[in-house]
Amino acid sequence: MTEWYGYLKMILDGAAVTAELTIMGSALALLMAFVAGLGRIAPWSPVRWLSSIYIEFFRGTSIFVQLFWVYFVLPFAGITLSPLLAGVLALGLNVGAYGAEVVRGAILAVPRDQSEASVALNFTRFQRMWYVILPQAVPLMLPTFGNNAIELLKATAVVSLISLTDMTFQAQVVRSQTGSTLFPFITILILYFIMALAISASVRGLERRMTRGLDGVR
Amino acid sequence: MVEPIIQIDKLDKSFGPLKVLDGLSFDVMPGEKLALIGPSGSGKTTILRILMTLETITAGHIKVCGEQLYHMQRSGHEVPADEPHLHKMRSHIGMVFQHFNLFPHKCVLDNITLAPMLTKGEVRAKAEQRAMELLEMVGLADKAKAMPAQLSGGQKQRVAIARALALKPRIMLFDEVTSALDPELVEEVLLVMKRLAAETDMTMLLVTHEMGFAHEFADRVLFFDKGRIVEQGSPDKIFRHPSHERTQSFLRKIIAAGHRV
Ligand SMILES: Nc1ncnc2c1ncn2[C@@H]1O[C@H](COP(=O)(O)OP(=O)(O)OP(=O)(O)O)[C@@H](O)[C@H]1O
Ligand SMILES: [Mg+2]
Repeated sequence: MTEWYGYLKMILDGAAVTAELTIMGSALALLMAFVAGLGRIAPWSPVRWLSSIYIEFFRGTSIFVQLFWVYFVLPFAGITLSPLLAGVLALGLNVGAYGAEVVRGAILAVPRDQSEASVALNFTRFQRMWYVILPQAVPLMLPTFGNNAIELLKATAVVSLISLTDMTFQAQVVRSQTGSTLFPFITILILYFIMALAISASVRGLERRMTRGLDGVR
Repeated sequence: MVEPIIQIDKLDKSFGPLKVLDGLSFDVMPGEKLALIGPSGSGKTTILRILMTLETITAGHIKVCGEQLYHMQRSGHEVPADEPHLHKMRSHIGMVFQHFNLFPHKCVLDNITLAPMLTKGEVRAKAEQRAMELLEMVGLADKAKAMPAQLSGGQKQRVAIARALALKPRIMLFDEVTSALDPELVEEVLLVMKRLAAETDMTMLLVTHEMGFAHEFADRVLFFDKGRIVEQGSPDKIFRHPSHERTQSFLRKIIAAGHRV
């Protein structure tokens, strides 16, 4: 029995790595989504091009290949990253590219009326975006952001490629040590599910908070 | 001799191949209340949007408060206005839209205080005090904390008027501010505007299909067709004794459609 406890502990350690990758990766993805999403609609064409290149590149190649490059090829350019940092970078840049399109779409979905009203009130470009457009666009982004974060959570499993001991990696270890497939994989099934549930619950809570009052109900 | 507050000189505006304003010229004197009338598509909204810098112009010049709106001087040459110039010029002008365009995520009070705080650096207490005075004026002091979605159309439009007034512009543009309202809500908005016209020396340009209101409100009426002024004059002249055939037939159609003149 104590033996199983030890194996469970191994998987839970892996779960901590997975959670860490997911949280840090999502934070980077969020940042990149706004940078590149706003960049795509910036009034300066070089910024628009750079953003498009980033988005198309990271959506057009697989996360597997990107991770490989970040961890094994960048060192040749003199940039050596820890496995965790490499994982966060690859996951964040990859999912951020999808998020950028969400940001752009949500901003363009806010009626033009709103931006025209803020021109008439003599807001600067920044003020228009910050006080008028984004507060209305962010609630539109949230559901898709939630999906993206769950995608990112599932994609964390590829990091075992660069010797990170995430949840899936640990489950494999437990499987080879115990010969049992059922125990480790039922455990991580439940753990992934709980983490995904936590993501959707927090996104839904955020959504409720942000849309309060918009429909006339307070 | 007082200078006009708005001078429009040979203004052209095209949307692609469609010429919407065609060599348009007219002046507006400070404090003047102008009504712009004319058939649908004659370019009335476009004129207001151009004055609010929501469109670009194809050719011509506009002066507002003695300064070029769409042009500026740079080392002796006339160049298109940049964003800082437009920003400066916009501070003279406010606009009320047909569909109110309130900020749905802000309560009534914040809708009104946001612009003075952001663009004039007013402190909240002062901005709120002025906002409450304006809400009092439009009869909505009790709605300060309501969200826009909780208001009727007429109430929304009165908030939008208060919001535009909060910046104390010298020129106000009203684009069919009652035409999105249910008939029974039109009167409350017109009442506010009549009081405004009587109590302030603001210059006002009004686009409307409410001929009775235009008659009462305006010092001068411009009748537009196909991007040109066909006829202009005092409300009495335009509504009682229109000299142009096109003005006459336009007014006949309006009356036939049930609007009073
Ligand atoms: N963004 C645009 N792109 C293309 N055409 C436009 C645009 N805005 C306006 N137009 C066209 O310009 C013409 C004048 O439009 P405008 O809205 O100024 O007319 P209006 O006199 O205000 O009419 P209404 O009484 O129906 O409001 C119309 O033919 C309209 O279709
Ligand atoms: Mg119009």
